[in-house]
Amino acid sequence: MTEASVLSKVLYVDLSNKRYWIKDRGDLFKERLGGTGAAIRLLKEECREGTDPLAPESPIILCVGYLNGIFPLASKTVAMFKSPLTKNLGESHAGGRCGVAMRMAGLGGIVIKGKSEIPVYLVVNDEGVRFKDASALWGMSSSSTVGRIIREREAGAGIRAIMRIGRAGENLVSYAGVITETFRHFGRLGLGAVFGSKKLKAIVIHGRTSLTLRDARGYREVYEELFRSFTKTSLMKKYHELGTPMNVLPLNAANSLPSRNLQRATFEGASALSGEAMSEKYLGRRAACAHCPVSCIHIAALRVPYESEPHFYKTKMISYDYEPIYALASMLDIRSPEGFLQLMDRVEELGLDAMSTGVVLAWATECMEKGIVGPEETGGIVLSWGDYKAYIEAVERIAGVKGEFYEALGKGVEYASSIYGGEEFALAFGGNEMPGYHCGLATHLGFLVGARHSHLDNAGYAIDQKLSAEGRRAEPSELARMIFEEECWRQVLSSLVVCFFARGVYTPEVVSRCLSVTGINLNPEDLKKMGEEILREKYEFKFREGFSFDRLRVPKRVTEIPTPRGFVTERDLREGIKSFEGLLKRRISAGMP
Amino acid sequence: MEIKMVKRIAVVDVDLCVGCQSCMFACNRRFGEAGLARTAIFVQSTGGFEHGFAVKVCRACREPPCVKVCPTGALTKREGGGVRLDYRKCISCGNCVSGCTIGAIFWDEVLDKPTVCTYCGYCVSYCPYGVIKLEEV
Repeated sequence: MTEASVLSKVLYVDLSNKRYWIKDRGDLFKERLGGTGAAIRLLKEECREGTDPLAPESPIILCVGYLNGIFPLASKTVAMFKSPLTKNLGESHAGGRCGVAMRMAGLGGIVIKGKSEIPVYLVVNDEGVRFKDASALWGMSSSSTVGRIIREREAGAGIRAIMRIGRAGENLVSYAGVITETFRHFGRLGLGAVFGSKKLKAIVIHGRTSLTLRDARGYREVYEELFRSFTKTSLMKKYHELGTPMNVLPLNAANSLPSRNLQRATFEGASALSGEAMSEKYLGRRAACAHCPVSCIHIAALRVPYESEPHFYKTKMISYDYEPIYALASMLDIRSPEGFLQLMDRVEELGLDAMSTGVVLAWATECMEKGIVGPEETGGIVLSWGDYKAYIEAVERIAGVKGEFYEALGKGVEYASSIYGGEEFALAFGGNEMPGYHCGLATHLGFLVGARHSHLDNAGYAIDQKLSAEGRRAEPSELARMIFEEECWRQVLSSLVVCFFARGVYTPEVVSRCLSVTGINLNPEDLKKMGEEILREKYEFKFREGFSFDRLRVPKRVTEIPTPRGFVTERDLREGIKSFEGLLKRRISAGMP
Repeated sequence: MEIKMVKRIAVVDVDLCVGCQSCMFACNRRFGEAGLARTAIFVQSTGGFEHGFAVKVCRACREPPCVKVCPTGALTKREGGGVRLDYRKCISCGNCVSGCTIGAIFWDEVLDKPTVCTYCGYCVSYCPYGVIKLEEV
């Protein structure tokens, strides 16, 4: 039995020497709650300045927080690492079962360093760590087969997480992800390649502890309130019913859904790939992350005919979400749900980040369209809008690093465009490929200044949508302030680690009450201050590794296509960046260059 | 003669289950604790999320095999179906766990004793999708 008030254990794993040890880091979790807040400190401790992201000494940090395993929707795990894609701060969050599994194994954090001589997978539970030979799993074409084999070999059915990489991670593709529970991901910024560089194929983790609380009665009361908010009000209904693809139709109707590498902001396949149509025609199952009654995971059942045998089909179960529909359907103008699902399936099996993959392929297609690259570069594959079969071939080559062009594509669109040209339509922000929103200035400002250059850093798009609904204009400086405040607060949520979908329920007041039953006394103001400090620490790392606001590249394309709030100009973006930098600077005493 | 109605947890439609484990956490929360060590209901996928879930909970057998294999009489038949566990008589042999055909007896590692459903129905009020219900045997 573990006292909830002492989230303290950090497991250190040395893959080179096959050794592990546990340190009491109660200080870290007391000051930073866990998740992002603890992970950035561990990253600073473990990652020396200028470390090659794929070198043995480059660390993988996994952290959970105070609310994991205790309250509903605290179902996420934070991974921190140095990103092989941006060569700077790498941070990715995943659901599935890993957050709860880590907490139930009694751990607050895991730090993995070194490099194994042979492929290995780790089994982590309350008895310690086992290093298992993964040679036979290395090179498999399907990441779900890897999961299936490990499921059969290892204990912990029902309460374990199995995080694994696919071929893309083994081959060090810069935006390879880590898959957990088949359908959830540490998708962004290349954690899969860091696993691959260490010959780490998978991590299995499970535990079944019980956590005593300072205030058992208060716990049940707060839990009850939260649970009713999540299940009996309409707050989360949309996530359960249609899932994130509920966004396809509204964003398309608002001219905010990028298509054809953002040559357009509407997608002709939007109806066919809407949440509504996908549910009606393909939804085969809904699933949930551990300890989340919402269950936003939507899995399509796709019957694919065998070309070689008449009257025979295989049924594939393929998870779909808004962002993959944006990246792998809309951006590539694939209007057939079957085409999208088949491409999605391969991307999943190979272990690529769906968003980066779609943006990279969209850029490559436009390059071909404009004659910047030709069949000699693509190895004879003709990439053209909507041709999902050609895209499936291309993703095989990206994951397999087959040929110079695909090797460049595997390093991201920022890199590929620096070699081949076409930078003005290379849609990356801070080196990370663009998410699926073209809603206005705050959207793109959010991508540029977000510490991960992810839409989830600060949800600038939601600010645009809100202002549009209110029919209100706002100066770049005001947008920068709103973005800054949102990003600060999200550091607290991702330190707990609460799913961002629950942000409407987990207000500063509610978080404060949740923490008090675990024995942590922080008022809403303390929490907000902590959020700012965590963001500051993340930026300190970024600056140390060479990040500069001035060097941020604004892809010209985003200024050429109107948003629902008019054209975005580079001038306004630069002004917003300056304001954001000012807010950060004003509140950061040290660490700014 | 008054007939005492006894209850049990019934699985209504396992295909409605999303594997959120809210029931498991609820069961453990009966003791005011978070976590899973003491839960007497268990949800697991049937070979990956895509294949759906199985809900394991005592179905209150009329002739419970777990009682037959309990060497000390710690597990006794409940009138009307199901079992009761007397911890004082239990010697932690684990026969009941292997004796339960449907795998619905679990192990509390801390106490080193089996965990068996008490048919209280607390978990039912936390199943958001109506997968389980409390019914009369």
